[in-house]
Amino acid sequence: MSVPGAWYLVLAACLFGIGATGLFVRRNILVMYMCIELMLNAVNLTFVTFSRMLNDIGGEDTVFFVLVVAAAEVVVGLGIIVAIYRRRSGATADDISSLKG
Amino acid sequence: MVNAAYAIVALPLAGFVINLLWGRRLGEPLAGWVGTLAATGSFVATLIVWVTMLGRSAPDRVADLNIFTWFPVAGLHANMGLLVDPLSMTMLLFVTGVSSVIHLYSIGYMHRDPGFDRFFIYLNLFLFSMIVLVLGDNFLFSFLGWEGVGFCSYGLVGFWFQRDVAAVAAKKAFVTNRVGDVGFLLAIFLMFAHFGSVNYSTVLGTLAQGHATGLMAGAPGAIAGTTATAITLLLFLGAIGKSAQIPLYIWLPDAMEGPTPISALIHAATMVTAGVYLMARTAPMLHYAHATSWVIACVGAGSAFLAATIACAQDDIKKTLAYSTISQLGYMFLAIGAGDYVDGLFHMLTHAFFKALLFLAAGAVIHALANRQDMKQMGALARFLPVTAVTFAVGWLAISGIPPFAGFWSKDAVLDSAWAMNKGLWAVGAVTAALTAYYMSRQFALVFTGRARWQEGNARSRELGANDEHEEHQSASPGLPAPSDPEEYPRDASWLMTVPLVILAVAAILGGGINFPTWHFDFLSRFLGPMFPTATSVVVSTGTKWALSLVTLAMCLIGLSLGLSTWKTADHPALEPSFLRRAWFFDDAVAATVSGPLRAASAGLAFVLDRRVVDGVVNGIGSALGASGRAARRLQSGYLRAYALGIGIGVVVILAYLSFRTGA
Repeated sequence: MSVPGAWYLVLAACLFGIGATGLFVRRNILVMYMCIELMLNAVNLTFVTFSRMLNDIGGEDTVFFVLVVAAAEVVVGLGIIVAIYRRRSGATADDISSLKG
Repeated sequence: MVNAAYAIVALPLAGFVINLLWGRRLGEPLAGWVGTLAATGSFVATLIVWVTMLGRSAPDRVADLNIFTWFPVAGLHANMGLLVDPLSMTMLLFVTGVSSVIHLYSIGYMHRDPGFDRFFIYLNLFLFSMIVLVLGDNFLFSFLGWEGVGFCSYGLVGFWFQRDVAAVAAKKAFVTNRVGDVGFLLAIFLMFAHFGSVNYSTVLGTLAQGHATGLMAGAPGAIAGTTATAITLLLFLGAIGKSAQIPLYIWLPDAMEGPTPISALIHAATMVTAGVYLMARTAPMLHYAHATSWVIACVGAGSAFLAATIACAQDDIKKTLAYSTISQLGYMFLAIGAGDYVDGLFHMLTHAFFKALLFLAAGAVIHALANRQDMKQMGALARFLPVTAVTFAVGWLAISGIPPFAGFWSKDAVLDSAWAMNKGLWAVGAVTAALTAYYMSRQFALVFTGRARWQEGNARSRELGANDEHEEHQSASPGLPAPSDPEEYPRDASWLMTVPLVILAVAAILGGGINFPTWHFDFLSRFLGPMFPTATSVVVSTGTKWALSLVTLAMCLIGLSLGLSTWKTADHPALEPSFLRRAWFFDDAVAATVSGPLRAASAGLAFVLDRRVVDGVVNGIGSALGASGRAARRLQSGYLRAYALGIGIGVVVILAYLSFRTGA
């Protein structure tokens, strides 16, 4: 007896919601970063679920692209975060506003 | 050998290009020789074409050589083509001929001028434009040349542009000519609207056929009298500007600020006659526009008389000649208006010879006296400048209408046709002839006879230091050739300048021979006759001609002797009333009526329209953009989470829109 597809979708929605909320409320860049990853993987989960439900390989295909892009994003993003840590004591997002108009 | 016509155009262009590219490196005098060779080559090519043409019978003497299609637009096919016919050849013979001589003279005159090569660049470009004007086979191509000579005139009047007067005079000449050019352009438009073409052959050829059969309305090639009048009047407006007639003559006296060879070539012999050429060219259409003919004759006679009166009271040696040119151009227009095109052109030819001669001789005098132009400070120069004096005397007698010099024959012919048209016009012309003899004798007497006032002038200016404003102005002019030391006695210039004088003097003596009224020596009439409508040929009986001739001659002789006897001494204030010295206050009146309001209007434009409206719009756009930018920069708070929120809300809004749309 397999788990119904809808449960996966609900789980993915929950994960996405947690990620989005975290992104909006947390100030630590690193945590915000993790939240983004959470949202991405929630989306990935949705893709895989639909792929199975519709018997279409395209969804799983897309997941690979998302993973690759997320990996690349991590490289750049973490690089920036490390650079910020070197120059400042912390990494609070609201303090980094020197590029405001 | 009609194809030599291409060389007529190409050689001055080649000379222009060579001097433009390498003129500075060629330097003096080589650049001058390049220009002179180009002009002379053009003259030789003209001779070749002319001789070829003489070998043909009269109907075969017209050739239309197409070079290429300039621009084909809808119904308008403007070609760059050359129209070789007796009229254009007559013009070209004297244009290239006189031009060659003056090129040669300029080598001597422009000696040691820093702009030597620039001078010859302009001169060759001028010659090229003038040839295009004359040789073009349609009105548009001719108009190109028309504007070209106008531009060269501008460049050469303002040749010594460091002097304020010269720069202003150049602008005045250019702007005044623009007024006339509006007329020319409108005439071309009207012509195109009516005939669907601007080619001489299409527009005028059909009209010329119309004369032969006496067709007026309804037939192909017929033209309504009003249309013909409108077109010819507009063309005449152009001619008035270019040929310096009332009321647009004001630029010509000022144009004397240019170097003297320019005054001789452009402002006496060739360019200013372009208007006469244009009217002669449109003779087939003038035939249908009697009103225009009257206007032309009256303007011509009026200009002749007015300018002659002004010339009687001028002190500047070149200004006298400039007013005299206006006066003589008036004679040409008088002949054109009277329908006597051949004699109008005849007078143009002889005038080109003797007026170029007078100007060049005047240039030699100015040169010898270290740039002095005030005749009241000359005198007794016949002893020191024998060649100049003799050649000037030839020009003086020719323009005064003394037989057997050239001017007598042409002026007589013009006056005959004026008599046939209207006795009043003849009277004006005859009085003008007497005035001409008077002011030219005045000039000759002041310059070449009497006491040597230039020595006193020197002594006085040495005593007074630099107090003599006029002289100061003359000698302070930069760029003017600095000839002999004024301490020395003036003497004739080098052969470069005297040879042209002699050539032109010979032409001024013998020039009448090309259209001798009797013994079948009327070459010009027979050559040009077929070009013009025959119905208007002037019929005056031989007896009347003799009588008119004798009356005019007597008047000329009276003027001559009066001028000579009066002006042995230089001071006759009663004979030079201020209204004549100031040219009937016409210039001042124009300045008051045109420049005054014009200045006010441009001040209004500059300080109200430009400052408030144009600047307002520009500044308004700038400050509006700045304000919106200042407002928009608040969005860029720098808070990362605000951006994230913005993106999130955006996504929600888009998704909501999409889902509602698909749902609906």
